Amino acid sequence: MKRSLPLILAFLVGFVVILSEFIPHRPFNQIVSTLEQWFMIISGFAILLGQISLIRMNTHKIVNKLPDWQYYLAGLISFALMLIFGILWGMQETPGLLGSGEGISSWLGAKPFDYLFTNAYMPLSATLFSLLAFFIASAAYRAFIIRGLESNLLMITAVIVIIGRTSIGTMLTGWLPESMQFWHFPILADFIMEYPNSAAQRAILISAGLGIVGSSLRIILGIERSYLGGEK
Amino acid sequence: MKLTAIVERRIIYSVLLLAVALPLIFPIGWTTEVSDYTRIVYELVETTPEDKVVIVSFDYDPSTMTELQPMAEAMIEHAWKRNQKVIATALWPMGVQMAEQAFTKVLLDYPEKKRGEDFVNLGYKVGGMVTVQAMGRNLMEVYPTDNQNTAYQDIPMLKNVRRLKDVAWISSLSSGVPGIKEWMMVARDNYQVPVTGGCTAISAPGFFPYVNEQRQLYGLLGGLKGASEYESLIGRLGSATTKMDAQSIAHLLILVFIGLGNYRAFRNKRRQNS
Repeated sequence: MKRSLPLILAFLVGFVVILSEFIPHRPFNQIVSTLEQWFMIISGFAILLGQISLIRMNTHKIVNKLPDWQYYLAGLISFALMLIFGILWGMQETPGLLGSGEGISSWLGAKPFDYLFTNAYMPLSATLFSLLAFFIASAAYRAFIIRGLESNLLMITAVIVIIGRTSIGTMLTGWLPESMQFWHFPILADFIMEYPNSAAQRAILISAGLGIVGSSLRIILGIERSYLGGEK
Repeated sequence: MKLTAIVERRIIYSVLLLAVALPLIFPIGWTTEVSDYTRIVYELVETTPEDKVVIVSFDYDPSTMTELQPMAEAMIEHAWKRNQKVIATALWPMGVQMAEQAFTKVLLDYPEKKRGEDFVNLGYKVGGMVTVQAMGRNLMEVYPTDNQNTAYQDIPMLKNVRRLKDVAWISSLSSGVPGIKEWMMVARDNYQVPVTGGCTAISAPGFFPYVNEQRQLYGLLGGLKGASEYESLIGRLGSATTKMDAQSIAHLLILVFIGLGNYRAFRNKRRQNS
């Protein structure tokens, strides 16, 4: 029963949702609307579950003094600070338990949560993503080496797209006459993106789409049961 | 002199840092050519009649704000220029703050625009595609209040907006899942609402196939270049235009690194052969 009930539920829900696409009338549309609301509520609880998991995992690492435990401690402290500030004084226009904290807000220039978000989280987050540029530059020097026909083609395409997607591309071939506009770097880059790239992307998307249909049917029909857990 | 790998890496990082920082401090002012993908987005906003309500969905967080925030500001400015009313939603939790910052920035140039009448921030809802499906049926059920706790029915600009079909276009500024694809699959395919958007440069090739004759996607702003192209179309000197100089120099430098790397590999191979 413990395994049969979820399987029956998955089958019924999946079947009704598919059916509602073909018969968008009562009662199917009402059932689907209710199911959508349930999904949003359950997803909300999933966020809570994620937070509990984050606290448990980090606490375990700190208590057992695993390598780099100091970073996990910093993560937990940051999490707790944002949570406490959010609960006490709220964020943006939403008040917290202690109201909007006019005193502390006038001192900081914003609510504590918003102040930390703007001055700590935002720059840190953007910086971390920006570091990718340095890794790409280093990887370009080390790994982008011509070794054969395929890598040669890849290199030529990459160079055209890189130049075409910058202001330099416009300047380099901007002088070309109208009859030779195809060889203008930005147009050439757009051509590569529109035809060879789109063709390859479409093939991938169609394959992925068929894969999703297949795996969804397996779940609805109860063939795929790994989501229930407990089985290897 | 043979450089060790770590020294080489330090040199690359230092040169790149200079290449990015200098154009930001001393802007060059290079112009970019507007692509068709950007022009389609522009035309969609430009041809939408005045007083129509539109949705800009902030489906990203601060990590990608360098590329996506200029797009958000430019699109809001363009919509306001055309007297359209903007609803901000977010499929990503941090999108709410991103929307507020974008409104605050554009409001400096449009102080006459009023919250509730010309723009509203409905906030974040969990659920991705299912949330968009629910919005297609009833917006008020998904967003009973805005992020200021004003009840949906008390917001003047939403008086005639009951479901997704009542908006003129939807723009998803997206840096992953959920994002453009979810809006396209539901709002465009199920409800025939024009969907456009912007994404990071790295994910743009994956969305280009959707900009087709069926108009599954009405154009696409790809990365900082897309943002700067849009800024040039609406005549705004925004942050994307300034940052494009730095990006162009950085790209050029990466090409130089590729050339140097190949020269080194070629030299090593010849040495080994001899």
